Amino acid sequence: MPAYSEKVMDHFTHPRNVGEIEDPSGVGTVGNAKCGDIMRMYLDIDENGIIQEAKFKTFGCGAAIATSSMATELVRGKTVQEALEVTNKAVMEALDGLPPVKVHCSLLAEEAIHAALWDYAERNHIEIQGLEKPKADISEEPIGDD
Amino acid sequence: MIYLDNAATTRVRPEVYDAMKPYFCENFGNPSSVYQFAGESLQAVDRAREQIAALLGAEAREIYFTAGGSESDNWALKAVAETCAKKGKHIITSKIEHHAILHTCEWLEKQGCEVTYLDVDENGLVSPEAVEAAIRPDTILISIMTANNEIGTVEPISEIGAIAHRHGILFHTDAVQAVGHIPLDVRAMNIDLLSASGHKFHGPKGVGILYCRRGVKLTPLIHGGAQERNRRAGTHNVPGIVGMGKAAELAGEHLEEWGQCQASLRDHLIERVLAEIPYVRLNGDPQKRLPGNANFCFRYVEGESLLIMLDQRGICGSSGSACTSGSLDPSHVLLAIGLPHEIAHGSLRLTLSEDTTREEIDYVVDELKKIIERLRSMSPLYEDFLRKNA
Repeated sequence: MPAYSEKVMDHFTHPRNVGEIEDPSGVGTVGNAKCGDIMRMYLDIDENGIIQEAKFKTFGCGAAIATSSMATELVRGKTVQEALEVTNKAVMEALDGLPPVKVHCSLLAEEAIHAALWDYAERNHIEIQGLEKPKADISEEPIGDD
Repeated sequence: MIYLDNAATTRVRPEVYDAMKPYFCENFGNPSSVYQFAGESLQAVDRAREQIAALLGAEAREIYFTAGGSESDNWALKAVAETCAKKGKHIITSKIEHHAILHTCEWLEKQGCEVTYLDVDENGLVSPEAVEAAIRPDTILISIMTANNEIGTVEPISEIGAIAHRHGILFHTDAVQAVGHIPLDVRAMNIDLLSASGHKFHGPKGVGILYCRRGVKLTPLIHGGAQERNRRAGTHNVPGIVGMGKAAELAGEHLEEWGQCQASLRDHLIERVLAEIPYVRLNGDPQKRLPGNANFCFRYVEGESLLIMLDQRGICGSSGSACTSGSLDPSHVLLAIGLPHEIAHGSLRLTLSEDTTREEIDYVVDELKKIIERLRSMSPLYEDFLRKNA
């Protein structure tokens, strides 16, 4: 198992903002179960475009859960534009780094924020400057049932 | 700490450690030296050879010491490919072998060999009929593991060995997980070559053996000395060899007793997990499995998270998830038994020893229930599943 920083372990053991938001302003799911990581982020954005609440659910390794937790912490209270600046690097720095094999988890966290913002923009028929349609979505690859 | 990762490595038993101790500071002589002082080292190596041979039903001269199971696997395959090159270049193995076999086969393919990787059934069993059907006129070796390291399935190697011999083909088995845990007899089971590792049955790390039946030609993998009858160069790891010998002796004496106590606790563990945790499956054959192995897949849960949470509660286990394998793919064994990726990611292997107690198993199941529930409460897959079935 990779060596995780104390911050990563803290966010894994005591993840912040786990859960769902009813009637969210935007929700995005990224990753796919085949690779072992799925993140879903819910955002509650007020009429001034400020993120009042962010919640997540994640299927994945320790780093995936910790980066999701940190990402929700970092976007809370920010404007939509400011939230766009919460990059994977910012998430990683806030966690005091990630082992090299786990860097993709932070990319997934950034992607989850973007996916939720994209959904928010679509629901409200607005365009968020600098936001591109997120790449990964599990809806493109349905999970098999057995 | 509750140690349930005995398939990864085992604790050196105190008797084994005691047996090794004199060969560090006191009897440190090189067994290859001429003077009397080194004689004790040589005798110790020969004694260990006999102890291991006795456990396997082999002759002492058929046991060659190596640095471990991986070396033995490499040696067996490469030596047979070399010595039988005139007869052919085709090898039959299975998709669930250890990487010491699979990667050696891949390397041999680059040298011009052809390898058939047999499928296994949903319990991880290799079919003897499939082995026979894969035999070609140029087949030189069949290598099928005795028991799988991940899912614990015990293969029908006796039958496979008989098929090999009927066709005049050599039979090798990677018995690293089996030696010292289940009864083995190289003669009765038609085995020509067998790999074993000391630390998997309470011996020390860094020592293993290759059994090579008398009459089977064995060329060296490691060159540079006359040790092991000119077949494996390098100064003997005397303390390690002594330890492995002692461990073999103990395993032989207690095989049935230790096997039974592990199997009954393993069954208790499996029964409780299957009864008390929903959406779980047992991997590996329910009956034909190693006495100490339990392997589960918990749906909607990822293996590494599970392992860290178990670790935080003092429980050591292992997983076949991608995150623990260092690649994007989950274990090749779980994929080979037909599990989809997303389910294979949620695997947990718990491997017992004869020291495991019922109290430990009950504590592990109690904690496991809470951990699975917690991870599922965080899992978007579980959320989708509940919504779909609401």
